[in-house]
Amino acid sequence: MTLVYPLQSLAAHPARLSPAYRSTVKRSPTKPLIPMRHTLSELTGPVYGHETVREHDHDLTIQGKGEPIGERIIVHGHVLDEDGRGVPNVLVELWQANACGRYVHVVDQHPAPLDPNFTGAGRAQSDAGGYYKFITIKPGAYPWGNHHNAWRPAHIHFSVFGHSFVSRLVTQMYFPGDPLFPFDPIFNSVTDEKARARMISSFDLDNTKPDWALCYRFNIVLRGRNATPMEIK
Amino acid sequence: MSNPRPDGVTPSQTVGPYFAYGLTPNGKYEWNDAFTGNLVTPDTSGDRIRVAGVVYDGDGAPIVDCMLEIWQADAQGRFSDPQDKRAQPNNSFKGFGRVGTDGRGCFAFDTIKPGVVADPDGKPQAPHIVLAVFARGMLLHLYTRIYFEDETANAADPVLALVPADRRATLIAKRTGNGVYTFDVHLQGDKETVFFDV
Repeated sequence: MTLVYPLQSLAAHPARLSPAYRSTVKRSPTKPLIPMRHTLSELTGPVYGHETVREHDHDLTIQGKGEPIGERIIVHGHVLDEDGRGVPNVLVELWQANACGRYVHVVDQHPAPLDPNFTGAGRAQSDAGGYYKFITIKPGAYPWGNHHNAWRPAHIHFSVFGHSFVSRLVTQMYFPGDPLFPFDPIFNSVTDEKARARMISSFDLDNTKPDWALCYRFNIVLRGRNATPMEIK
Repeated sequence: MSNPRPDGVTPSQTVGPYFAYGLTPNGKYEWNDAFTGNLVTPDTSGDRIRVAGVVYDGDGAPIVDCMLEIWQADAQGRFSDPQDKRAQPNNSFKGFGRVGTDGRGCFAFDTIKPGVVADPDGKPQAPHIVLAVFARGMLLHLYTRIYFEDETANAADPVLALVPADRRATLIAKRTGNGVYTFDVHLQGDKETVFFDV
């Protein structure tokens, strides 16, 4: 199977210059990007890193001496290519704020408590069918300095590797029905409503564990689709 | 389990300012590193090199919360990926590295000089490293390439040939010491780095 990575798939992504998100103004290129054909350098990618995934790295609720504070949740789904095929054995990394909306990072000065039992970092490997699963705490919303009374909707950061270096994706998973959606310039930097919807997890009652944890499903769709015979050189 | 055909890719979002404890802990946070800036193991063959630089924003200020990832071939021009049919399963060189910039916007990778990789027509490309740049304020990472100033093959490289001559220098790492190359990244300005639409 030969995968291709047409540039059209990139249309779902935000414009790099999205002035409502102020930091983009000085951090987006002003000159046009140069198109080029994909060579082996772009069409291959790291297929390792999984040796660093330890048995319990997908469970952020058991990394501390005690249980973290907050609402325990299951976040699971499939890493898929554009044809809907599971992408097997890929590294999925996650990081997030705690239930109070505070990150462990030294730069985060939001006056909300840190949780000694929650770091907010996790790692998993998709299985042969592309399936991954994390157990974590629902992150809180938090304020940021972009504009007056700016708050980020609750989100979990994801970093995913696919079949090639050009299928690399860093994104954020949101929760359904968040009242902050209309006001968040990062979420709304994705201008297509259907594309924005792909960043929102869905509540998954079928996999919610009775008396234990709500479940959210988040499928991650990476670039890459089957080549038509015309496209195979 | 089968999934319906998706209606598009998952959109990219910024890595944000707080990724370090999850993606580049590097001894500053208790989480272990999946990747570092050192790609070399004792049994790696090839010329050891260090590629170091600073990432600058549109004001010329160093970016202290930037993440850089590199991907490259080994000294024989082979990628550690079975999709490269010439890949050697036991090759200890994995070809991928990741670092965060420090408080002065600096980064460094310790690696080997990559070999020659052919383009889709079989034409040789000059030795190069693919670089992806992520940061707060970047909603979608940027791709560029690191070439080396002491490679005569640069003159015939098919990708460099796509770049206007007056901007090519932004893609070429300067040799600043024995095995040491300097490659700064400028997101904007007169020296704006060439980024590729891939």
